[in-house]
Amino acid sequence: MENPQEKLGSLQRRGFWRDLQSLWQGMGLTFKHLVQAKQRRSPLHIADPNYFKQDTGLVTLTYPYESLPVPENGRYRLHNEIDDCIVCDLCAKICPVDCITIESVKATEEIGETSDGTKKRLYAPVFDIDLAKCCYCGLCTTVCPTDCLTMTKVYDFAEVDIKNMIYHFTDLTPEQAEEKKRLWADQQEAIALAKAEAMKARQQQKGE
Amino acid sequence: MWALPLVLLLILGVVVVIFYAERKLSAFMQDRLGPMEAGPYGTLQFAADLLKLLQKEDIVPAAADKMLFKFAPLVIFASVLAGFAVIPLTPELVPSGTSIGLFFLLAIVSLDVIGLLMAGWGSNNKYALLGAMRSVAQIVSYEIPAGLAILSVVIISQSLDLQEISFQQGVQMQQFPGYAQEVNYLFGLRALGIDVTHVGGILSWNIVRMPLLSFGFIIYFIASLAECNRAPFDIPEAESELVAGFHIEYSGFRFATLFLAEYAMMLLVSLVAVILFLGSWNTPFPNMGPVKLADWTTGTLGAWSGNLWAFFWLIGKALVLMLVQVWLRWTFPRMRVDQLMHLCWKILTPAALALVLVAAVWRLLMI
Repeated sequence: MENPQEKLGSLQRRGFWRDLQSLWQGMGLTFKHLVQAKQRRSPLHIADPNYFKQDTGLVTLTYPYESLPVPENGRYRLHNEIDDCIVCDLCAKICPVDCITIESVKATEEIGETSDGTKKRLYAPVFDIDLAKCCYCGLCTTVCPTDCLTMTKVYDFAEVDIKNMIYHFTDLTPEQAEEKKRLWADQQEAIALAKAEAMKARQQQKGE
Repeated sequence: MWALPLVLLLILGVVVVIFYAERKLSAFMQDRLGPMEAGPYGTLQFAADLLKLLQKEDIVPAAADKMLFKFAPLVIFASVLAGFAVIPLTPELVPSGTSIGLFFLLAIVSLDVIGLLMAGWGSNNKYALLGAMRSVAQIVSYEIPAGLAILSVVIISQSLDLQEISFQQGVQMQQFPGYAQEVNYLFGLRALGIDVTHVGGILSWNIVRMPLLSFGFIIYFIASLAECNRAPFDIPEAESELVAGFHIEYSGFRFATLFLAEYAMMLLVSLVAVILFLGSWNTPFPNMGPVKLADWTTGTLGAWSGNLWAFFWLIGKALVLMLVQVWLRWTFPRMRVDQLMHLCWKILTPAALALVLVAAVWRLLMI
């Protein structure tokens, strides 16, 4: 029968010599790492077959100068392609932290089409995303009907002034926005006028 | 006269080297890069840190004992610096050579304890006081094994003069005044009859003259780690429990002084270890027949070559020891207070006492 004491090996031994041995082992360990410091890990993409094989050498990357590549589907800074946006407000509604602010102005006519063929009928004088509030859940990108709101690979966008964390995606200047509002109001007025006249005409017809 | 600026320059130079080496080596041992930004590969990091420290406000806590608080860094640094006075840097250069140099060194370095206690007490801070108390308890305890290990060297070399001890450990021994007839035997044993006076090198170092002194060296080295509050004996400064121990309240230049004193202490204990055990400023290479390695790497006594070689060997060996101190610091965890005292009183002190006895007997075999 095998001696269980023997099987456990050096760990089971007690006393001065074991302590000395363990001290020596510790020194050996740090020395091994000191020698391995000649090697450094390289910033490989996670898809690289060697990504998990760099288990010796220095692990630090000097970040601003070198960095790990982010996969294509990285979920970091939001981007809205305003040309494809139909200003449906779904993203603002689903956002759990309310970081998206949208104001919409109805257009007097069809503005155009998004790249997937959806008709655009709303202008967005305000389309702000406060990325300081964003929790990167990605819900807004899943509800977006035209896939214009996406998450990008950019993750290093710290700002000195927190106001700069609010990203403005509107393509209208304030003057243009005012004009669109006025056009819409004018159109509504004209329609109201036309309706009133039509009503008057109908009443006159009835009266006769 | 010019020994003081020279020693100050030496301390600063070595501190710069060790400071950088410590940061880099610790980083490499932990698979990090260490400082990389200030200068190429972070070589100017010490300048950046020094500038930062000098710019900082000199804060004296309102509740501190201001006299003690302000005076403590001075006492600590002065006592360490005074220790350098008797260190022979080369065969010709001792800042202040004296025949009781070793005794003076042990006495003056003990003053360090008073400075630590002044800093800890004067800060009026519980962490500082705890740190200072631990520090004093530790240093006072570890002076005993260190002193006994040094005593065994004194028994072997029959001198307290560090320069005399240095000369004994090399090929130039017979050129020391009064040593013209002295002979170094292999392992110090006259009975063996092997004369190594002109072989020199490692064979005449104290750890070979009396081989058991290598145990003395280990005892002294461990005790010296405790005396300069280095890991694994850094409980006075234990970052994780006492934040910074006795120098927690210090900032700016005063902190820089304490920091410098700590590294100067590392250098001092390493120099003492080298002088007493590892052949002082003598070359490690022995003369082998026609290959006069020892003579080639010793130079001529009294000439530039002799002084430069001696300085190189002394500082080189001390730097190696300091690198070992760094290596130990980044390998071993901190010891508990009871483990510390156990090691000192139950292991090192009896071993050192036995060593003193053996050294006394060995000395009888040497004459």
